Amino acid sequence: MTSKIPESLPFSIVRSTFASKVAFLGFIVVFIAAVTLPWWGGRADMRLVVEFCYYLALAQLWNLLAGYGGLVSIGQQAFIGLGGYAFFMMAAFFDVPPLLAIFLSGVVTMLFAIPTAFLVFRLSGAYFAIGTWVVAEVYRLSFAQVSTLGGGSGMSLPISVVKSISASKLEREILIYFLALLLAMGVVTALYVLLRSSWGLALTAIRDSEAAAESLGVKKQMTKYAVYLFAAFGTGLCGAIIFLNKLRISPDSAFSVSDWTANIIFIVVIGGIGTLEGPIIGTLVFFILRGVLADFGAWYMIFLGIVAVVVMLKAPQGVWGLVAKRYGIQLFPVGRKLM
Amino acid sequence: MSNHVLNQPILYTQKLTAFYGDFQALFGIEFHLNIGETVAIIGSNGAGKTTFLRSITGLLCNEPSSVKFSGQPIGASSPDEIVKLGIAMVPEGRQLFPSLSVEENLRMGSLSGRSGQWDLRNIYELFPVLKERRHHGSMDLSGGQQQMVAIGRALMANPSILLCDEISLGLAPIIIKDIYRALPAICSEGVTVVVVEQDIRQAMAVSDRVYCFQEGRISLEGRPDELTTEAITHAYFGLEDAVS
Repeated sequence: MTSKIPESLPFSIVRSTFASKVAFLGFIVVFIAAVTLPWWGGRADMRLVVEFCYYLALAQLWNLLAGYGGLVSIGQQAFIGLGGYAFFMMAAFFDVPPLLAIFLSGVVTMLFAIPTAFLVFRLSGAYFAIGTWVVAEVYRLSFAQVSTLGGGSGMSLPISVVKSISASKLEREILIYFLALLLAMGVVTALYVLLRSSWGLALTAIRDSEAAAESLGVKKQMTKYAVYLFAAFGTGLCGAIIFLNKLRISPDSAFSVSDWTANIIFIVVIGGIGTLEGPIIGTLVFFILRGVLADFGAWYMIFLGIVAVVVMLKAPQGVWGLVAKRYGIQLFPVGRKLM
Repeated sequence: MSNHVLNQPILYTQKLTAFYGDFQALFGIEFHLNIGETVAIIGSNGAGKTTFLRSITGLLCNEPSSVKFSGQPIGASSPDEIVKLGIAMVPEGRQLFPSLSVEENLRMGSLSGRSGQWDLRNIYELFPVLKERRHHGSMDLSGGQQQMVAIGRALMANPSILLCDEISLGLAPIIIKDIYRALPAICSEGVTVVVVEQDIRQAMAVSDRVYCFQEGRISLEGRPDELTTEAITHAYFGLEDAVS
């Protein structure tokens, strides 16, 4: 799909804003702090950032699906689990080098997403959402039947594989830290570039009005398929890194809707759906709430639920939606302004 | 009305039918459109006008040979293939993209990649108010301005045929005149135009030929100056003396 920008326009197209320039400087500071963290932070800090990074990446990918593609999936845990299991199988049974296995896990997950999409794309709206959940449950039950993978109890990553990554635990944690950082930054950058392209414009148009987008020649179905497969690839990569970090996988933990998709949806809804900034804010809010409420046991989940309901009722555009509306700022200017 | 009409059909339909599930909305429509012509399609609500446009633009699938564009069967072609061939539609209700600015809405029209004379500069010359408001959100515009964006967006696809579905719907009469004032300029650029209208007078004023639809069938066809009020009344409502 191509778009032609006419030559010699009587105005210039500006895409950055003052806020985006300030934010860019802020991101550079955060980037430097994050890259140097292993040298000045503790191991607990690294583990927290690793978790933050994969939740951020997962939330951004779900936001791409639901916020831009209009595909509200509650079955993304299927791809987290597939990515995790693909990594464990390749590393443990086929001696694939771990870093290559992580990448290939994304590819394998995307391949699994093709027949999954064929099935769930026959549904729409709420039926699509439920359908994705059902498919994830089918994957969970299927993996629980495979005795080679430990059945319902799951399996641990063999020591030989763990040692092949690095003999030292600290070095291994640093490697996982940088992988998670690369994953989060890679996903955010990829989505930013994608949404600024004519493809992103088409995606936004489909979200706004499918009929109008289609009548202008946007390949609706193909675009949605592409978004779904891209999200599956990224989510599969996340799954591989998550379970490399955990060193153990089981069907219940890998394909858990409450551990993964419920939190991801919370993050995106709180932060602001349909924006790149929303999932970042949402992940921050999620981690702050989780930290503050850590000592309250089950009340923690109840409180998160109440927060989500209140935000959905009072500010359906999320925290970032409120800020952007009030101050008219955009940190990731995926649109264009003419001057 | 157009001055560059060639007696050469660019689009025609043969025994075109359309269904929504079990419900048949069109019954054997025989329609033709000559190069450079402006044709109006009139009819009451539910007569099948919009369904007919949806069938031409690939939004409803048909037998391949039931719709032909420059002799090529396109009845089973997808909407994106049809836009690339040169048929663009201004949809009923405008259907702008609320998240996008005026400029971005217009740019969406050029996604098909067809080259031609219509670009942002020409659209802004046709509708100068859009240039002033190009950085505004599309929903910040008035109804008339939104309709201009919808027309401009379709023109950005550089179509040979422009299909306009009820472009006067919900607009004040003075705004409708402004919108229709742009039609001769569009036709003079070699665009063949189909206008679907419920406003009979407006349709008769701008068109070279008129088709009247009634309950999924063509009930009348002719040049505006050949059609009597009685004939139109009968064809439109299926009644005698329903309007004066």
